[in-house]
Amino acid sequence: MTSELDIFVGNTTLIDEDVYRLWLDGYSVTDAVALRVRSGILEQTGATAAVLQSDTMDHYRTFHMLERLLHAPPKLLHQLIFQIPPSRQALLIERYYAFDEAFVREVLGKKLSKGTKKDLDDISTKTGITLKSCRRQFDNFKRVFKVVEEMRGSLVDNIQQHFLLSDRLARDYAAIVFFANNRFETGKKKLQYLSFGDFAFCAELMIQNWTLGAVDSQMDDMDMDLDKEFLQDLKELKVLVADKDLLDLHKSLVCTALRGKLGVFSEMEANFKNLSRGLVNVAAKLTHNKDVRDLFVDLVEKFVEPCRSDHWPLSDVRFFLNQYSASVHSLDGFRHQTLWDRYMGTLRGCLLRLYHD
Amino acid sequence: MPGKLKVKIVAGRHLPVMDRASDLTDAFVEVKFGNTTFKTDVYLKSLNPQWNSEWFKFEVDDEDLQDEPLQITVLDHDTYSANDAIGKVYIDIDPLLYSEAATVISGWFPIYDTIHGIRGEINVVVKVDLFNDLNRFRQSSCGVKFFCTTSIPKCYRAVIIHGFVEELVVNEDPEYQWIDRIRTPRASNEARQRLISLMSGELQRKIGLKVLEMRGNAVVGYLQCFDLEGESGLVVRAIGTACTLDKLSSPAAFLPACNSPSKEMKESPLVHPPSHGCRSTHNSPIHTATGSRLTQNFSVSVPTLIYTGMGSGSAGKEGGPFKALLRQQTQSALEQREFPFFTLTAFPPGFLVHVGGVVSARSVKLLDRIHNPDEPETRDAWWAEIRQEIKSHAKALGCHAVVGYSESTSICEEVCILSASGTAAVLNPRFLQDGTVEGCLEQRLEENLPTRCGFCHIPYDELNMPFPAHLTYCYNCRKQKVPDVLFTTIDLPTDATVIGKGCLIQARLCRLKKKAQAEANATAISNLLPFMEYEVHTQLMNKLKLKGMNALFGLRIQITVGENMLMGLASATGVYLAALPTPGGIQIAGKTPNDGSYEQHISHMQKKINDTIAKNKELYEISPPEISEEIIGSPIPEPRQRSRLLRSQSESSDEVTELDLSHGKKDAFVLEIDDTDAMEDVHSLLTDVPPPSGFYSCNTEIMPGINNWTSEIQMFTSVRVIRLSSLNLTNQALNKNFNDLCENLLKSLYFKLRSMIPCCLCHVNFTVSLPEDELIQVTVTAVAITFDKNQALQTTKTHVEKSLQRASTDNEELLQFPLELCSDSLSSHPLPPAKEHLESASSNSGIPAAQRDRCSSWIELIKLKAQTIRRGSIKTTVTVEKASPVGDGNFRNRSAPPCANSTVGVVKMTPLSFIPGAKITKYLGIINMFFIRETTSLREEGGVSGFLHAFIAEVFAMVRAHVAALGGNAVVSYIMKQCVFMENPNKNQAQCLINVSGDAVVFVRESDLEVVSTQQPTANCQSSCTEGEVTT
Repeated sequence: MTSELDIFVGNTTLIDEDVYRLWLDGYSVTDAVALRVRSGILEQTGATAAVLQSDTMDHYRTFHMLERLLHAPPKLLHQLIFQIPPSRQALLIERYYAFDEAFVREVLGKKLSKGTKKDLDDISTKTGITLKSCRRQFDNFKRVFKVVEEMRGSLVDNIQQHFLLSDRLARDYAAIVFFANNRFETGKKKLQYLSFGDFAFCAELMIQNWTLGAVDSQMDDMDMDLDKEFLQDLKELKVLVADKDLLDLHKSLVCTALRGKLGVFSEMEANFKNLSRGLVNVAAKLTHNKDVRDLFVDLVEKFVEPCRSDHWPLSDVRFFLNQYSASVHSLDGFRHQTLWDRYMGTLRGCLLRLYHD
Repeated sequence: MPGKLKVKIVAGRHLPVMDRASDLTDAFVEVKFGNTTFKTDVYLKSLNPQWNSEWFKFEVDDEDLQDEPLQITVLDHDTYSANDAIGKVYIDIDPLLYSEAATVISGWFPIYDTIHGIRGEINVVVKVDLFNDLNRFRQSSCGVKFFCTTSIPKCYRAVIIHGFVEELVVNEDPEYQWIDRIRTPRASNEARQRLISLMSGELQRKIGLKVLEMRGNAVVGYLQCFDLEGESGLVVRAIGTACTLDKLSSPAAFLPACNSPSKEMKESPLVHPPSHGCRSTHNSPIHTATGSRLTQNFSVSVPTLIYTGMGSGSAGKEGGPFKALLRQQTQSALEQREFPFFTLTAFPPGFLVHVGGVVSARSVKLLDRIHNPDEPETRDAWWAEIRQEIKSHAKALGCHAVVGYSESTSICEEVCILSASGTAAVLNPRFLQDGTVEGCLEQRLEENLPTRCGFCHIPYDELNMPFPAHLTYCYNCRKQKVPDVLFTTIDLPTDATVIGKGCLIQARLCRLKKKAQAEANATAISNLLPFMEYEVHTQLMNKLKLKGMNALFGLRIQITVGENMLMGLASATGVYLAALPTPGGIQIAGKTPNDGSYEQHISHMQKKINDTIAKNKELYEISPPEISEEIIGSPIPEPRQRSRLLRSQSESSDEVTELDLSHGKKDAFVLEIDDTDAMEDVHSLLTDVPPPSGFYSCNTEIMPGINNWTSEIQMFTSVRVIRLSSLNLTNQALNKNFNDLCENLLKSLYFKLRSMIPCCLCHVNFTVSLPEDELIQVTVTAVAITFDKNQALQTTKTHVEKSLQRASTDNEELLQFPLELCSDSLSSHPLPPAKEHLESASSNSGIPAAQRDRCSSWIELIKLKAQTIRRGSIKTTVTVEKASPVGDGNFRNRSAPPCANSTVGVVKMTPLSFIPGAKITKYLGIINMFFIRETTSLREEGGVSGFLHAFIAEVFAMVRAHVAALGGNAVVSYIMKQCVFMENPNKNQAQCLINVSGDAVVFVRESDLEVVSTQQPTANCQSSCTEGEVTT
């Protein structure tokens, strides 16, 4: 006796959250059944393995049918075929677009192209996430990227509107899209200690302050591309390190203000010029795409690592960066105060976030 | 020209990409009604076209309005080649034709293609302007309301229940026309869909005409089915109960008046004796003159059964004369009509006086084409024959009417089994007679009928019994006789007193048969049928005993014919009726008593059975208060009885044969294990696993013993097909396979719905078909309803306590009756007279497949007043809802902001006639839809499971869309009448036909209703309806 056909269709579509998770994680029906058996569900419910197999198959089939709709979540809301309560629809969407930290760290800042897709095999092996799940996550990134790519208005709002994601998840996607668009390098060994959250935090600050959208809200792509004009202007900051008087003045202002307040004062005093040169040079180099990509590598090399090797506590880094930014306002010969604030305001936030072990 | 149909095409959305180059579609719409077609403009390059068309107006006869569906076709415009069809929408405009139903159909309809399924949606507005036509000879029957619901619809009052209406129309099946060889599958499917839609419309119109003729205004319990007879054609047939209904103006008026039975009776309907019978006629305009006709050239009528409770005893003292009078009057009223049948399964209080038992009739027919187009009435004659048989069975049971009546067919190649079944009953003469007799009877009735056990009392004359029967005095009133077991096809009457809870009981059976042709095949089948019926009955009886119950409701026996086997599946809901005696146990006896180990085995089995019975009693809370030993005395040995199976060949021959199929000469409930077969049977009895805790199941509308439903419901359809290994198939292996299939299916359902616990599967409806040699298909549709467990426990507890008190106080006066009865049953128990009576009374077959249960029996003295199930008890349910907001929790959750603004309104579907925790405020019309889906890329669509899963989901979606467009938010009495699935995996093809129906309604949550009604006592419907839609 073999089952040729076995289906269950409810007027309200049944969604089993556990099975959905297994499906999203890319397990085959057989593996999913095995995992469910291990969870002790048979003992709890008194069901047989055959029942579990049939149930799992059924849910997988439903999810497979729903997947097409999940690719364009507003369709899920308006379609008539599956009657799903709104709270369940939200859950389906949110879970479908959720991603693994390990996976996103692998592809963050990479071009969402066929080439990267080919590397998914390796990512799967490396992270232990099934290839199927990797594909889903990658396709999600790419789909969101494609849809919001040339849109006006706020990136987060656009994502939220077209994919009906929660605020939190929409922000994450904004970061992913922003990184993919600017191709920031995140995979270098010295960046490995950084989490997706660190990058997402920086992305959000950069979107808010460094993109076209920060100055003009009517541009296409406004939140995805960095403001080219702003990057050009950053060259002007070079004077802060090129002009020796200015550099000395800046140093003395910072040192005066921080004397006695910093545990690592002597290290700071000794390193001030190097640090300042590093931060200003990063700004000046941002006109080149290559250097934009290496932004995070540079920040870690030029600032995070030196401070870390001198064992600066985070509070001292904060004191220093605050004072370092603010003191520029007292430099009479320096004319680019607004530019400095736009640059340093964001950078300070990023550096503080990046500064950890 | 009495009607104007107006259609407006507003917009489309989610259309498929038809032009690969642009990834867009140039869509336009054709609107067709009858022979008139209108077109919209082409909306270029969009998947969400906004046509916003003018009003297309069709001026048509109301006859056409009833028959024809509105056909909307969405196409992709192509400049150079033929336009590609995207899909179609058929809209039945019937609901717009009666005044109280919908006034406009407006909404998003899925665009359906028989090859691709749903492809986007279209927004359509439809209106009808009807001009009054007073022509008495009109062919239309606009204004007659149709209800699938098999009880009086909730917001109506039955003024008169007229009786049975039936009709059938036949046509050639387009699939078998010569043209089908050259047209595309799509064209062929569409031709079929359209034809069936047209035939359904015609059928409904004709039934409507009959109703008007009877001076009724509605058909309740309307059941329409189609028979795909293959080469020989397509039959669409329908039965129903004609009524005159009155709309209740105030919603409170139809609450069951609990404490005034006499008042209830006054509100109850009159059965109106029609001045003339109604016969069906065949002047279908669909008939094509050149087509071949349907006919029979071979027919076998098979023996049928009458299931009743059996017992023995003498006449009740005061019952006799009254009963005679009663019968006289009701007969005179009912005999005037050809078939005193009622398709209703639930009745107004006081309507049902006595229930005799299940009557059924089957007939095997050979389908064949003949070339005489002047004889279109063959099918009608077949059914008339069967109905006649049913009628005579009912008469044999002393009943003048049949309630809970239904008809079905099973077709395999050229063989067709026609089946009809119902419950023989005596109806209240108060409702059968007008005016005159009323006065004199009223008094008697009021003292006799409002008792809650009345329907259990035997309708037949004890001195003149149609078969040997075991009778006892009613355990409730102790005045009338009752059988020891009662089988019925109706729902449990709302005022019946039950103890504990009910449960789903199924008998499953397979029989191999040789492959044969034509007459030989039909003969083989008709020879097998009586054995199957008998075994199904035995199984039911055994399982009922095993559950410790004494009555079956909603019994439905389905016999399915296949190439090489016959399948029997009986489903019913077992209950313990307080009025009936306590069922005894089951005793096992071995044939070879000398063998020691064998004896041991037997006693082991016996123990197992006893344990099961005890366990079941606990599970279903069957605890009739025991009466202390000294009152009972010692058990009185009962005389042995034989159950007999009678067989006759009606009409074709007058020969009456008697088959004795009873298990030897033992007491009926001694199961004799004399061979491996019997062993199997006993084993199979014990393999039925009870549902997991927190689950109950029944196939009736409501679960006896549960009355505190919460509002969460989940209707579902589940389909399974298994392939039997063709090697060495034996009856036992087949039985086991079939049994496992059903049991596993149930287990799966319990598992899937575990999140709803505590809940009950109601209206569990199994359908078996044998699509191919080695395939068995089982389709189940049911609804899971949650209930409040805590409250259930409380109520039963208090009831039990109460009944205990009652029982103890009543013990004294109960004492004499059983003794009297016992002596009677001993003395007046001659078997032969009864037998003779049966043989002489009816040339038709009547098989009292009586099984007695007297092994451990004596008359127990019980009087119980257990809880009464009141489905409509609004007060209880409201409090339930307040007490447990769990039910709707999920649905009302708005914590997810992005999705909360969903535009699709929720449409509930249920096979029941009501929605728990809600009040139906309006019936919008009948939903009767037929779909065909075909694929030539089965693998790509996920195989057979993927294909059918998607199709059923689509069917649900289309039903919901139609209901929503009518302005409704639920379908009640939903039924999937047919699900014909055919596959050809080698060709990567599959095809499926589905026919569904139900009543579109507007319901309002009781909680909402209460709020609104306290604020604004009148005209609150509108606001609360919309409220209901949002929150559910």
